[in-house]
Amino acid sequence: MRAVSGEMSGGTSDEGSGEGSQDGSGKEPGRRSGGRDDVPGRRSLYAAVAVRGFRRWATYRTATAAGVFTNTVFGLIVSYSYVALWAQRPHLGGYSQSQALTYVWIGQALLMTMCLMGGGFEDELMERIRSGDIAVDLYRPADLQGWWLSADLGRAVFHLLGRGVVPMVCGALVFPLALPGDAVTWLLFLAAVVLGAVVSFAVRFLVALSAFWLLDGAGVSQVVWLAGLFFSGMLLPLTVFPGWLGGLAQALPWAAMLQVPADVLLRRHRGLAVLPPLALQAAWALALLAAGRALQAVAARRVVVHGG
Amino acid sequence: MGEYGAVDAHGAAGEPGAVGAGNDAHMPGAMDAGYDTHVRDTVGAGSVAAVAEALRAYRLIVAMWVRSTMAYRASFVLTALGNFAATALDFVTIVLMFSHITTLGGFTLPEVAFLYGTTSTAFGAADLLLGSMDRLGRRVRDGTLDTLLLRPVPVLVQVAADRFALRRFGRILQGALVLAWSLARVDVAWTPAKVLLVPLMLVGGTAIFGAVFVCGAAFQFRAGDASELQNSVTYGGNTMLQYPPGVFARELVRGVTFVVPLAFVNWLPALHILGRPDPVGLPGWVAFCSPLVALLCCAVAGAAWRAGLRSYRSTGS
Repeated sequence: MRAVSGEMSGGTSDEGSGEGSQDGSGKEPGRRSGGRDDVPGRRSLYAAVAVRGFRRWATYRTATAAGVFTNTVFGLIVSYSYVALWAQRPHLGGYSQSQALTYVWIGQALLMTMCLMGGGFEDELMERIRSGDIAVDLYRPADLQGWWLSADLGRAVFHLLGRGVVPMVCGALVFPLALPGDAVTWLLFLAAVVLGAVVSFAVRFLVALSAFWLLDGAGVSQVVWLAGLFFSGMLLPLTVFPGWLGGLAQALPWAAMLQVPADVLLRRHRGLAVLPPLALQAAWALALLAAGRALQAVAARRVVVHGG
Repeated sequence: MGEYGAVDAHGAAGEPGAVGAGNDAHMPGAMDAGYDTHVRDTVGAGSVAAVAEALRAYRLIVAMWVRSTMAYRASFVLTALGNFAATALDFVTIVLMFSHITTLGGFTLPEVAFLYGTTSTAFGAADLLLGSMDRLGRRVRDGTLDTLLLRPVPVLVQVAADRFALRRFGRILQGALVLAWSLARVDVAWTPAKVLLVPLMLVGGTAIFGAVFVCGAAFQFRAGDASELQNSVTYGGNTMLQYPPGVFARELVRGVTFVVPLAFVNWLPALHILGRPDPVGLPGWVAFCSPLVALLCCAVAGAAWRAGLRSYRSTGS
């Protein structure tokens, strides 16, 4: 994943941005007296960015296949350790053994979707801040946060399909998984995944903006990544965490990235009880996006563009 | 599960890139000839002097990257701590598991910690020395490998030392601390042979993981995009070896014994030390074979590397 993300910083994004802004500004003169607030034009701009975010990752098929293989291997290894754990403590954390195993494979499916291992757009954005290319980004007739959110959601959709489905199928072939049969649960799961992806983006956007002050955001990025790895429930379901640690972990934004979607799919919340976790996700998404917007406003004022 | 190498994913951005990797690799037409003699130089270097020279070059390149890393000292400290913490989280996971149980797969916490400490230390050492090799695919794709072919230093050395990441020492330290803790706690009747097995395991394990890194890099000559494939063996193998072999399906254990002999990193010697039966049922003396298996792995890795390098054709750009 390192190689892929690294390689693509640079050329591809410029290409994407070129096309994107044509979609946006190119249509504007045709509509009303439009200008920047021309809503349909701007919406199609962000949709175009998202589509290109998807395609940009879909280009690397060998890398995707290699990633799927690695996800599957890790899923197998973790599954066996969970089998040993749940064999001794059935119903640990409120999961049956097959639910615990399903949790493992949901984790593998969402690992890349939620960028729980890092390596999303933030490295690229930080590099643009460090090199000064960010000045060009701010110059564009598109909102910085909206732009990257669209691109990142496009990527997330690709990773959900490209890196999520096959490992899940492999897991279901080897282990008895507790996957629901009704469409409503799956739709709720998708909603939880979308909200989780927005939270994931919002956190990483804040991390990326730290580069305006630190120049090298690698340290911040790593610390936040670690917190995410632990508090998302990737290493162990948060419901298995003891006492206060479990309570704290389930209230933090990272729970929105894996624990909440997994619990929705595993139907831990019956009926309307599913709404509070989804509301928590939405609240974190809004709060973090707002924080990102505020920080972006402050950061943009720091940019000094030298001529030439 | 400090899996997938993402521990290092962020480091690259922080390094002042331009130091070593010149992007100005415009190959002259005579490249093929120069390249061939270079390979012969590299491969034929059987003499002690050549090895010493290669090690010296490795040391020089490493020293350069260490100096370069220190240009962003705060970032280095944070990433080294992060590396330590990332691997520590693996152990925290195991401790959290043991907050609900007393034995996992028949092993107590100190025994699992012994497995964890041995594999993490060995893997950490291999990762520090050779972990940068999975960047080879990128060099093949963008053509910067050509620059390395022109230099009078073995390509393997240059690739291994490329962007040397001192922060990875965090992983070794973390593994060693857990190992020390487990040695103090584990219930073993130590004999001289068992004491000797511990350092043998660490050295052999480092060499086996190192060989996997080199094989993975060699494979990237063919499939540059597939660098993540080797993570399933390196990071995945490391995770697997942290748990008792009895936890896993028999076929999986056979696979890491006979196909990719990771079981020799710690499982087989550790089972002997802890006095546990081997689920695959190999004879007892196998526990002492780690150094031999490591040598074999290195020979295979060397051959794979040479084959890979020979098959390299520049992108021409």
